Amino acid sequence: MKIEDKKRVLREMVLHRRFEERCYQAYIERKIGGFLHLYPGQEACCNGVMEAARPGHDYVITGYRDHVHAIKCGADPKEVMAELYGKETGSSKGRGGSMHIFDAAHHFMGGYALVGGPFPLAAGIAKAIQLKGGDEIAICFLGDAANNQGVFHETLNMAALWKLPVLFVCENNLYGIGTSIERSTAVVHQHKRVAAYNIPADECDGQDIDIVYEHARKAVDHVRAGNGPFFLELMTYRYRGHSMSDSRGYRSREEEEVWKQRDPILMLRDRLITAGALTMAEFETLEKETDAYIENEVVKFSEESPEPRVEDLEKYVFAERETQLPWLTGKAA
Amino acid sequence: MANIMYWEAIQRAHDEEMARDPLVICMGEDIGVAGGTYKATKGLYEKYGPLRVMDTPISEGGFTGLGIGASFLGVRPVIEIMSVNFAWLAMDQMFNSAAKVRYMSGGQLTAPCVFRSAGGAAHQLGAQHSARMEKVFMGIAGLRVVTPSNPKQAYGLLKSAIRCDDPVFINEHELMYNMKGEVPDGEYFHPLEGSDVARAGTDVTLFGYNVSVHWCLKAAEILDKQYGISAEVVDLYSLSPLDRAGIKASVSKTHRAVIAEEDEAPVGVGSEVIAIINEECFFELDAAPVRVHSALVPQPYNHTLEKAAIPDHEDVVKAVLKLFGKA
Ligand SMILES: Cc1ncc(C[n+]2csc(CCOP(=O)(O)OP(=O)(O)O)c2C)c(N)n1
Ligand SMILES: [Mg+2]
Repeated sequence: MKIEDKKRVLREMVLHRRFEERCYQAYIERKIGGFLHLYPGQEACCNGVMEAARPGHDYVITGYRDHVHAIKCGADPKEVMAELYGKETGSSKGRGGSMHIFDAAHHFMGGYALVGGPFPLAAGIAKAIQLKGGDEIAICFLGDAANNQGVFHETLNMAALWKLPVLFVCENNLYGIGTSIERSTAVVHQHKRVAAYNIPADECDGQDIDIVYEHARKAVDHVRAGNGPFFLELMTYRYRGHSMSDSRGYRSREEEEVWKQRDPILMLRDRLITAGALTMAEFETLEKETDAYIENEVVKFSEESPEPRVEDLEKYVFAERETQLPWLTGKAA
Repeated sequence: MANIMYWEAIQRAHDEEMARDPLVICMGEDIGVAGGTYKATKGLYEKYGPLRVMDTPISEGGFTGLGIGASFLGVRPVIEIMSVNFAWLAMDQMFNSAAKVRYMSGGQLTAPCVFRSAGGAAHQLGAQHSARMEKVFMGIAGLRVVTPSNPKQAYGLLKSAIRCDDPVFINEHELMYNMKGEVPDGEYFHPLEGSDVARAGTDVTLFGYNVSVHWCLKAAEILDKQYGISAEVVDLYSLSPLDRAGIKASVSKTHRAVIAEEDEAPVGVGSEVIAIINEECFFELDAAPVRVHSALVPQPYNHTLEKAAIPDHEDVVKAVLKLFGKA
């Protein structure tokens, strides 16, 4: 990555971190309801991979920990926050909520709440790309524990069989809710599980954005060149609990501290400072500006936006009826 | 009588049955070391160890099938599916294996397992975490379905389900785990079949199950105090089989029926109860039976839309008043 790009990515990652922390606060204030899964600690994964790919062009799909992926693809943070507030201006019109951010215009194909559900959807998106002859690729971001669903294996087989342009990114944060990977999975290093399907796989540090970027570039290039699927495993850590009701009794504070020593944002910051491309004062200003933007624009927009109307409860269940009449009534000319 | 929470009642049933029979085991996601999402298996891992309290991978189809297979050899697994929404992934094994194996083996094999799951809609969990799926389970031959509306039932139904040689699906409710109620101090086995009259009345029968029993009880209170209507509340804790005799007895007495369900209407508990009324006691009716149910939409996240989609006790009151020409 060029130094200018690194500075931009730092700015983005700070936004991603502060956005999530602000969500936490809004949840405590009961502005946000339901489940809320936050991303702090894992920022280098999404950012590193998407810097190597083409955000807004390549298709991205993921699970319920989806705010940052959506924003990275180009979703407006205002609309993402408004979605969490359940507002009509939200990215899913307030119907979806935190686990279901969508932004089709930016090829962000959604957050899904069933663990493993996106695997075959990603392969299907890749199938469509293949059929239509585009140069996009499909990127599926999921957690480590999702690989224990049978559909993981079913999807790998089909993706390899049909050489589908799909990149599977496994964000291995060592836990599925409160169960550590050693206790749920016979193989800790997930890329090993892929070998049986003749899919090339790679693993790297998911905290260092430069490392993620280098590995992701090879992965993305492989898929875009028409060589079929690729599996990239990123070793990472989520700082907060799985969702809001998690007091993290299943892991030690010491373990958390060890990971926080290698914070993706601070590592990039320090590297830029060492390179003379950034000063500490500039970084602090950046943080302040980010907070101000979140408060004055993102949160304000969400607070002030209208709720969906109750009359529209059944909107979006089906296609607009008038547009489907020939088929609904059998009166196609 | 101890006044304990729904989750504690379930935990106690597990504990007693595991202490009694070394072949009773439990399995599910985060049930062991973490003690269960709703604490229903709290402390069991420490007491019975990892061989009998199994933290499973996120492999619903796999571990459900594994539990069913173990039950062929007499193991009695209590399989927790963290949320009923995830049960879709386990249904193949539940329906195609557990529910059918006795029949298709001519009685040679049986699957004495229990599936427990948190059903119902909680608050703002969105479209993929708010499904109510009783209707799906209750239409399967070979599978019993029960749904506790209070801690006593939660305790006694699980005890009976573990002892019963048939596969039993227990539909719990995300919002009821912290509800308190009286549970007998001694061992108690709630019948897996039948229904309970939760409140006696003479003018109309309100049928409910699980959370909607509470809407009906609240509605009955209001109807009595404010409108002088005496409502009987029947708790259909067994959804499969439904209690034909109990439904008939109550409707023959009150001549009017309202069925309250948290689920959407099509192919649901309400349709089934009305069919039974038609078959058993059509000529006892003074008015056409009415269903109170959710809107047919994937559950919206927005709080206001969610409230509009799901009925409550006020909707039950309104339905009754309409039945009596008072609204
Ligand atoms: C089919 C299904 N089973 C269980 C769950 C409950 N659940 C939600 S997230 C999760 C853990 C997933 O862990 P992982 O895939 O590693 O992703 P992470 O949350 O660590 O990012 C579980 C068990 C679910 N949502 N869907
Ligand atoms: Mg994980």
